[in-house]
Amino acid sequence: MAIIPKKHVMPVQEPELRAHNFQEVALGYSAQIAIEEANRCLHCANQPCVSGCPVNIHIPDFIEKVKEGDFEEAYAIISKSSSLPAVCGRVCPQEKQCESKCTLGIRFEPVGIGYLERFVADHHNNESFSDPVPVETNGHKVAIIGSGPSGLTCAGDLAKKGYEVTVFEALHKAGGVLVYGIPEFRLPKKIVEKEVDTLKKLGAKIQTDVVIGKTLTVDELFETGYEAVYIGSGAGLPNFMKIPGEALKGVYSANEFLTRTNLMKAYETDTMTPIMKGGKVAVVGAGNVAMDAARTALRLGAEKVYVVYRRSMEELTARKEEVEHAKEEGIEFRLLNNPIEILGYHNLEDPRDPKNGFVKGMRCIRMELGEPDASGRRKPVPIEGSEFVIDVDTVIMAIGTSPNPLIKNTTEGLEVNSKGGIIIDENAMTSRQAVYAGGDAVTGSATVISAMGAGKKAAAAIDAYLKQL
Amino acid sequence: MYKIISKKELNASVTQMEIEAPLVAKKAKAGQFIILRVDEEGERIPLTVAGTDPEKGTVKIIFQIVGATTARLNHKKEGDFLQDFVGPLGEATKTEGIRKVCIIGGGVGCAIAMPVAEAFHRLQADVTGIIGFRNKEIVILEEEFSRCCSRLYVMTDDGSHGKAGNVTIPLKELLEAEECFDEIIAIGPLIMMKFVVETARPYDIPVTVSMNPIMIDGTGMCGCCRLTLVKEGERVTKFACVDGPDFNGYEVDFDEAMSRNRMYNDFERHAYEETCNLFKEAR
Repeated sequence: MAIIPKKHVMPVQEPELRAHNFQEVALGYSAQIAIEEANRCLHCANQPCVSGCPVNIHIPDFIEKVKEGDFEEAYAIISKSSSLPAVCGRVCPQEKQCESKCTLGIRFEPVGIGYLERFVADHHNNESFSDPVPVETNGHKVAIIGSGPSGLTCAGDLAKKGYEVTVFEALHKAGGVLVYGIPEFRLPKKIVEKEVDTLKKLGAKIQTDVVIGKTLTVDELFETGYEAVYIGSGAGLPNFMKIPGEALKGVYSANEFLTRTNLMKAYETDTMTPIMKGGKVAVVGAGNVAMDAARTALRLGAEKVYVVYRRSMEELTARKEEVEHAKEEGIEFRLLNNPIEILGYHNLEDPRDPKNGFVKGMRCIRMELGEPDASGRRKPVPIEGSEFVIDVDTVIMAIGTSPNPLIKNTTEGLEVNSKGGIIIDENAMTSRQAVYAGGDAVTGSATVISAMGAGKKAAAAIDAYLKQL
Repeated sequence: MYKIISKKELNASVTQMEIEAPLVAKKAKAGQFIILRVDEEGERIPLTVAGTDPEKGTVKIIFQIVGATTARLNHKKEGDFLQDFVGPLGEATKTEGIRKVCIIGGGVGCAIAMPVAEAFHRLQADVTGIIGFRNKEIVILEEEFSRCCSRLYVMTDDGSHGKAGNVTIPLKELLEAEECFDEIIAIGPLIMMKFVVETARPYDIPVTVSMNPIMIDGTGMCGCCRLTLVKEGERVTKFACVDGPDFNGYEVDFDEAMSRNRMYNDFERHAYEETCNLFKEAR
């Protein structure tokens, strides 16, 4: 049988339509296309894709089941390694992970592993009504701090082994970045809710409205009977550029802009949460969070959205698919442009003018690429005298985050590195006995799947540790 | 869900509630705040802790009805439940080494100033209180203040109660009479705190102010509550939710903070009107 050189195309909502709604962009494979795509897999002996997956899903095995049309068995295989298949099938950068190692990819396009994972998970969520059965408890209590991808994964793996797991979440809703950060059009919230529900059915408890480091400390968790603690509290404090004008009204961190929209539902018509809608918007930065912010601004009704980035398309860190989607929707990329000042409206004649103190523009300078810097990427250098102003009403800073100090400050003996990330050993244990950590709290801003990988590794380490006690 | 144990109207637009939240009650100290959501679709609003009863497991909050969310909150009755109540957040007011303190409260800010005054009183510091209101009708907590202050000055803008004028008048008199406070703590409207700072500046006495910016998560994640401190000419961004809410008054850029607090005025006015209409219809 001849090999089909290209991946089956993912059906999507048309750009003109989707730019004005919050419904999911990618619509998912049909069963028939899924089987056809699965048939592209060579089922090669050395299975390089598995090593490309941070949680080592047995990829060729689940694809084999898709070929056979046994989607439930395919789901069972994925579930052995991943707690959040429907999430990963949507937000993993597969092109840099499993699919980058695909043998077929040497000569043709790799197998659409991500699309297949998503298909299998969605099929299960839509068709299967069998609830997971809680495992009999082994009597050991573990506390998980944070209900993002890393905490949920760690909790899921431990619950499946019979541990009594409690997940503590600071916000009012479980899911971490999956609910406050990643927008509805890329990851529908009902999928996250379903994953959280599955975890609860496995016997894990989720306590919202508890800020560890404030409401309770790590030491108090041990005092109340927890034998191990996993810190998956995420990255925290948003970075700003430290340029003039960042305190003007209309300047947001991407975290704030996305939290208002996703968690607080500012996009709904009868919302209680205000957000600046419409006008011209500049998003500074070019990672996945920047793409999310830009496309959210567009859907909230912006007439023009710019992505402003000091490097070029080559160095941009967002997933290619997200960049393509953003471009199709009409987002304009202003590359090799660096903001140097945000300009505000100030009516000197009328101090009570309601527009006073709002953003009216952003001064930028053009850049050119010089020698490679410490990151290996060519360093952007300002071109003297090339300053210009873009007319904007809203500026969203999407230039990363720094670890949150709340837990470090209240946990004696917990060591952090110079950037504030928690230091862990090869078993994911921190400088404190029985306290483990992973995800962005350790690495700084990274991906959902790497956080999940860390949660998985820590769960195995916690299991080993508690067994030998 | 968090039960409203008691509810008391302090004046026509200020209400006190005791909320059942045992974990918060055990931990909260003067100067810290909580974030609550009234109902499932509600926004998250920060309110400073006005007192705790760790034995009973309750936290006291005092709020002014200024917008849609506080109107909805005020609509709740004793025995009703709040959707979310999380805390304590922020850093507690620093009390170490302060033997003689002047505590200034303005309007509903007195609800926050009062537990701070109590905390110093319990530590046997000498507390001078200055509290200011627009008029007699809205004076709150006078009795509570008089119990923990060695001297209490009550001011109203129109002179209908206490003395006429604003809180900086007795402060200036005290400072001119060479009263040596270890610290002045001002809690109230931004404009009041700004003028307290200007009044104290020539006397070189430390001034702490309690900032009340717009917040969402309250744990340092969103950056919405950022404010600017000016330290030796350099502008530094701080997050009120984790670095504050107390700051050195001499360093705060008050004009910027006032401007930022007005960001959603239009939206809020509209939401408030809608809520009021809704409650009217319900009646």
